[in-house]
Amino acid sequence: MTTLDIVTQLLEIACAMLAAPAFLGWVNQCRAWLQNRSAPSLLQPYYGLRKLFHKDAILADNASSLFRLAPYVVFGMMVAAAAIIPSMGTGLPLSTAADGIALVGLLATARVFLSLAAMDVGTAFGTLGARREMMVGFLAEPALLMVLFVAAMISKTTSLPLIAEGLTTRALALYPSLAFTAVAFTMVLLAENARIPVDNPATHLELTMIHEAMLLEYSGRHLAMMEWAAALKLFNYACIGFALFIPWGTSTEAGGPPGLLLAVPVLVAKLAVAGAGLAVIETLSAKLRVFRAPEFLATAFLLAVLGLLVHLLLGD
Amino acid sequence: MSFSYLNACLAVLLAWAAIGLAGMIRPRSLEFAGRTLFPLGALCGIALAVLAVASIATPVERAVLPIGLPGMPFHVRRDALASAFLALLGGASAGISIFSTGYFRKGEGALPGLLCLEYHVFLASMGLVLLADDAYAFMVAWETMALSSYFLVTTQHRIPEIRSAGFLYLLIAHVGAIAILLSFGVMQGGSWQFTFDAMRAAHLSSGWATVAFGLALFGFGAKAGLVPLHVWLPEAHPAAPSPVSALMSGVMLKTAVYGLLRVTFDLLSSLQWWWGLVALGLGLVSAFYGVIFAAVQTDMKRLLAWSSIENIGIVFTGVGLTIVFRGVGMGPLAALALVATLYHCLNHAFMKSVLFLGTGSVLHATGERNLGRLGGLIHRMPWVAWLTLVGVLAIAGLPPLNGFVSEWLLLQAFLFAGDVPQTFVNMLLPVGAAVVALCTALAGYVMVKFFGVIFLGQPREAALAQAHDAGVVERLGLAWLGLGCVGLGLFPVQVIDTLDLVARELLKVPAGRWGGAWWLLAPAAARHASYGPLALFGVTLIVVALAALGVRAVYRRRVHRGPAWDCGFVRLDARMQDTAEGFGQPIRHVFEPFFQMQRELPTPFDAAPRYRVTVGDRIWTLLYLPLGGTVRWVADLVARLQQGRIATYLLYSFVTLIVLLALVL
Repeated sequence: MTTLDIVTQLLEIACAMLAAPAFLGWVNQCRAWLQNRSAPSLLQPYYGLRKLFHKDAILADNASSLFRLAPYVVFGMMVAAAAIIPSMGTGLPLSTAADGIALVGLLATARVFLSLAAMDVGTAFGTLGARREMMVGFLAEPALLMVLFVAAMISKTTSLPLIAEGLTTRALALYPSLAFTAVAFTMVLLAENARIPVDNPATHLELTMIHEAMLLEYSGRHLAMMEWAAALKLFNYACIGFALFIPWGTSTEAGGPPGLLLAVPVLVAKLAVAGAGLAVIETLSAKLRVFRAPEFLATAFLLAVLGLLVHLLLGD
Repeated sequence: MSFSYLNACLAVLLAWAAIGLAGMIRPRSLEFAGRTLFPLGALCGIALAVLAVASIATPVERAVLPIGLPGMPFHVRRDALASAFLALLGGASAGISIFSTGYFRKGEGALPGLLCLEYHVFLASMGLVLLADDAYAFMVAWETMALSSYFLVTTQHRIPEIRSAGFLYLLIAHVGAIAILLSFGVMQGGSWQFTFDAMRAAHLSSGWATVAFGLALFGFGAKAGLVPLHVWLPEAHPAAPSPVSALMSGVMLKTAVYGLLRVTFDLLSSLQWWWGLVALGLGLVSAFYGVIFAAVQTDMKRLLAWSSIENIGIVFTGVGLTIVFRGVGMGPLAALALVATLYHCLNHAFMKSVLFLGTGSVLHATGERNLGRLGGLIHRMPWVAWLTLVGVLAIAGLPPLNGFVSEWLLLQAFLFAGDVPQTFVNMLLPVGAAVVALCTALAGYVMVKFFGVIFLGQPREAALAQAHDAGVVERLGLAWLGLGCVGLGLFPVQVIDTLDLVARELLKVPAGRWGGAWWLLAPAAARHASYGPLALFGVTLIVVALAALGVRAVYRRRVHRGPAWDCGFVRLDARMQDTAEGFGQPIRHVFEPFFQMQRELPTPFDAAPRYRVTVGDRIWTLLYLPLGGTVRWVADLVARLQQGRIATYLLYSFVTLIVLLALVL
């Protein structure tokens, strides 16, 4: 563990925490432009968080301590996940303690706590949201795992930095298996981050809502933590995608401090393109009925498994 | 006589039997049988676990006991495999016994003394199953285990459903036992020696070895609850008192896994790699079938029983994977898969016990097993709720608890299977990994439903407001098992270094390298993959604490309490929450073809509209009912011979005589 590794590690955590709301703001901005609306500021999510931190929190009478604990747990899981995804550099000391499978486990822990918290107050919307979130999760989680497996089989390890390094150093070629999994991953990203076509982050009080339904009883600082965690989740998913499919530009051991400095603008560029792409997808597609969501995700799961089989058949 | 671990273990089993018999001194006294003898049983359990862990690295010990039939004494033997399962038995049963001390009440079915006898005989017989070294001792112990657990299941024998559940259990246990007996019969290989040593020495042809394996898979599968032999499990587990359910699900099912491992890797001198595919396939089917049925249950103990089927499926998947790797000569990967299997057995013993005992406390506090009449118990029973949450998170396979470790190991074994010589197996294994991943995710769904519906939300019945938390002793038992879940989750390297001894013994592989450091799990077989739960947990804990403290320091606002907002809806009541049926509805919808569903839908003109859905097991209607019908038909045919008139019977004798004469002459 060198000093550079520690710097990379801390930089990644700090960047993720600070930049995640901006990424969300950027996606919202792009969406607004595409829909011919005047866009909110890039900093709007920060204003939102500041506003929430300045408000009193109201807890339902029968909210238990689990309800108060959950925002911090969900936030903690997202930060831990951000710490092991090689978004800027591959020299991450923490990633020895948690590989790709553990990453999926961390995300699952966050989901379980979020769902349990949603059930805690016992409102109709809360349990509905929890049920739907788990419905999306039980297909999205194995699909994500399969996506990671393809990358893991190509680079013969489940450690994320090693996967990213392995894919960077290989000759630039189109892997058919990765093409399949990239589509699967995009679908998982949309579903897991409550994006159209599975959920719509912009609406409340719609009978089809999933993520927002779970947060209805939260307010003040608790809501702020949950919103921040959601922004971090989107950021994390984007970075997982970069690490698996476009890992170029991440700083490696050999790059040294200049490599790390260079990695920052590269990441910003990737995020800008990915955010715009996400906005385009969201603008072009229509919201699915809730019961079409399992079909959507089953497609993602099968595409990922197909990618795995293609990898084994072609042996690339 | 010098000290031997084997003798010490036998002494513990004897002590259990003695404790059981002591219960009969004052069978009606709950104070004596329940409150005095059960803690002694727990101490024996701890002693057994300590002995087993200490003995696991020591050489094999054997002895011949002076009991049994003349000329057929009991042979016993303790090796690393037996030690590993003895540790499981001791460790899990200690927690369950502590809990039982506070659990059993007066007027619940059988007399306390009788319960104490059955319970401790059950424990002792499970121990003897693990130590037996000849078919005779094994079958005696196996049958004692089946019978004592049958009596425990039917503790409340005045209820007809419980009697029929017990009957089903007994029936399938015996069909399985016959298969095991036949398997031993094949394995003695014409030597007519029924000691396990003779079986190890016998060289069977590959055909006979396959027959022996098939019979063992059937017999032990019936005990373990492998689909399609699982039907007794969702009936027997809810019928039994909760500590007994915990013992059966947590420990007894594992004796079947032990039996299969013993037969496959120890008694049979050679194995075929494709046996593994059969076990793997059955395991995956069980895991999937179990978890989707768990998701639609409305009875909390039945839900857990189906979840046990899922976990047994995952264990058998691991066994199958081990056989495949062993069969094609990939030692390190076989060791990885075997360690994953054993680890999952150990994990399941702890986490499922926590959950079953948690339901026991809920049942005592509320008198309800139906999820639709529970809710909001985290306020009334905080201890039980938080300790159960540990089991819930563990069984959902979430880091840093123990369920995740075995899942991680199993997925690594699947992932690095790449070099199996048979190409189609190479293609099949990743699909298996996909099924395991799907089942784990579904287990998360099931557990959110289980915990959310019982402990969270608003109480669905007014009577729940009177629910009381479990007593101190019960909390202690739950905490013991919960700590087991946490410990097994945070210190995988230490556990695996121990389990590796079993792998070395069974698979004849050299010692594997499992850890990068004392806190870092890094199996050499899984290249470059590592998992350090302690570090991960530490970092997450620090982040959570910093976030909470940071917010507290910055945040200048107060926290109020108020009525739930619910989008401004003011007439919120408990009936608006999801029921257990409602929460399982997406699973019913997505996996509809697997369920046998009967829906009763209201019409718009019903005065009192009613919606009802019942979910049945297709295997029961498609396999068991026709089978039962056939048996009945054959029995009816045989019954026709029975005319009840003396003249007819004389005619039978006469005809028989004529036929025999014709044959002889």
